[in-house]
Amino acid sequence: MSLLQDRISAARAEGRAALIAYLPVGYPDVDASIEAMVAAVEGGADIVEIGVPYSDPGMDGPTIQEAVDVAVRAGVGMTHVLRGVEAVAAAGAVPVVMSYWNPIERYGVDRFADDLAAAGGAGAITPDLIPDEAGPWLAATDRTGLDRVFLVAPSSTDARLASTTAACRGFVYAASTMGVTGTRASVGDAAQRLVERTRAVTDRPVCVGLGVSDGDQAAEVAGFADGVIVGSAYVRALLDGGGPAAVRALSVDLAGGVRRVGSGT
Amino acid sequence: MTAPHPPAPDVRDLPARPAWPDATGHFGPYGGRFVPEALIAALDELTEAYEAMRVDPAFLGEFARLQRDYTGRPSPLTDVPRFAEHCGGARVMLKREDLNHTGSHKINNVLGQALLTKRIGKSRVIAETGAGQHGVATATAAALMGLSCTVYMGEEDTRRQALNVARMRLLGAEVVPVTTGSRTLKDAINEAFRDWVTNVETTNYVFGTVAGPHPFPAMVRDFQRVIGDEAREQVLERIGRLPDVVLACVGGGSNAIGIFTAFVPDDGVRLVGLEAGGDGVDTGRHAATITGGDPGVLHGARSYLLQDDNGQTIESHSISAGLDYPGVGPEHAYLHDLGRAEYRPVTDSEAMEAFALLCRTEGIIPAIESAHALAGAMQVGREVGPDAVLLVNLSGRGDKDVETASRWFGLGDHEEVDPGPGLDTDQQPTEGAVSNDDATAGQDAGELA
Repeated sequence: MSLLQDRISAARAEGRAALIAYLPVGYPDVDASIEAMVAAVEGGADIVEIGVPYSDPGMDGPTIQEAVDVAVRAGVGMTHVLRGVEAVAAAGAVPVVMSYWNPIERYGVDRFADDLAAAGGAGAITPDLIPDEAGPWLAATDRTGLDRVFLVAPSSTDARLASTTAACRGFVYAASTMGVTGTRASVGDAAQRLVERTRAVTDRPVCVGLGVSDGDQAAEVAGFADGVIVGSAYVRALLDGGGPAAVRALSVDLAGGVRRVGSGT
Repeated sequence: MTAPHPPAPDVRDLPARPAWPDATGHFGPYGGRFVPEALIAALDELTEAYEAMRVDPAFLGEFARLQRDYTGRPSPLTDVPRFAEHCGGARVMLKREDLNHTGSHKINNVLGQALLTKRIGKSRVIAETGAGQHGVATATAAALMGLSCTVYMGEEDTRRQALNVARMRLLGAEVVPVTTGSRTLKDAINEAFRDWVTNVETTNYVFGTVAGPHPFPAMVRDFQRVIGDEAREQVLERIGRLPDVVLACVGGGSNAIGIFTAFVPDDGVRLVGLEAGGDGVDTGRHAATITGGDPGVLHGARSYLLQDDNGQTIESHSISAGLDYPGVGPEHAYLHDLGRAEYRPVTDSEAMEAFALLCRTEGIIPAIESAHALAGAMQVGREVGPDAVLLVNLSGRGDKDVETASRWFGLGDHEEVDPGPGLDTDQQPTEGAVSNDDATAGQDAGELA
């Protein structure tokens, strides 16, 4: 069983893609960030990626860096993240943690898995952990039944697509563009090609991230992927001072997009 | 290029490679690849190209020719008897990487990686730099080989090392000041990785030290091991035996690995790495990663790092920009755990004392990074006594550090270094120690013009 896959399948049964929102814990502060996550759920997010602040976010662009930097300086850590997990679960969405590897390793891989499962978390997305290096995490997730989401990229060989997707549980994260997180004017067809190549080697759901910022782009991605992941646009809403209301409004727009399958530009 | 190649090396004569890392880049529990999947294909491509070229006589011949005719290798081995009087009377020899073209050991590695970049058909290189030495070396190699070059440098470091920023720009490189995080080397590395993941099709990342994801720690070691291979032969030739102790400063650790590697199989030779102790390890303001840190993952590999309870990297502190880094190469972590190498901290004050001492006893202005190794020689020499032979890697020259040193020793107004003779020697904590530095600054400006 997989909390993530179940939720994505439920969306598919409604003839639409799932909406996955990313927000980091601790920006502008812990309580406000958790309120924003709940607002994202109220606006229509099916799944929330709860971001673990990290001092060296090598895969993130300037928007997420700016917010995460505030959280790191405030000393935000895994106990705050677990509060976010509980809040998202209580709001009715599926919580999944998004973390670079060192904060998990520092917390303790087994301790993290146990505490995450106890908080109602589905599992974790680990952007700088490849299955080749993931021995202890594979063991901990097998033991607890948690989902584990690894990334595939346009540069991944077919052999790596096969081995990486085989190690995934929950969904496969297709990092659609070569580059860091951030909103883009166009999602491009690299995403669609990557999804097609990924589907050729796995039956697991494939969700697309990196670049989606509005309902029209969400609709475009929903035309070929099982889930649409949005991060920087949510963070931008907070950085611009819009608070939970802006986050909720963005979710409403995006949730509309994932229901307009095929109508995107 | 009209210079004749040196005789193509016979690959059977290559020095024995250490038994580590394994095929996937692990040094025991350290090393590996902790990077986004998007970079794996590029790292695989680089690994494959490097493994092929490592034993390719044409590549090795071209590399050897550049080392000889461009860098000026072999670098000399210099006995420093007047300095050695302050090292318990032990005999001290310096491996003079400061005399390489561009002024440090960094050129050894960048020539290899730039050649490799051309062989894999990429037209652009990027690099991170702390003190600026690796950036200057990369800009130099890029100019030599017609590659475009972008160097990421923490904004804080661009101020500390303005001279090297000017050098890189003169060499045609774009220097990008990095304003995220602590605005130092670690953030420059993050930014370089972001560039690489975005532009990987055209761009090769010329990594400056023996850290980062596989294959960088092994590849950079192999390009730097010429330091120890030469020094071992030079010491044997001069005194008919091996040194008792080999010392080098350790930031990321490339000059240390470079001089250690040839001696790793020599069980009787102590290997000592000197980490930047900053204000003192007990103050928390330091960059002594192995002494004061513990294992974790940073910048693509598992090794020791300075981190807090949440796994956040702690900002390091050192007077030396080149050692101001909260991580260290995975092979050093492994050599430490094996007990094959020892790692000790040297404070800013101890390093600057050694810096001044080498200036006035031997007429050599060392890089502040290398002064940490010299301070280590002063300590270890006093412990081992006058019969011992110490080999110290003088990894770089101190021209870039003249302003920092002048400020440290209280010499005049350093917004604009005064080259005049009116130095007030009463202000100098070590008499007569650095009175030639300002003249050197003048020389440097001439060199740039």
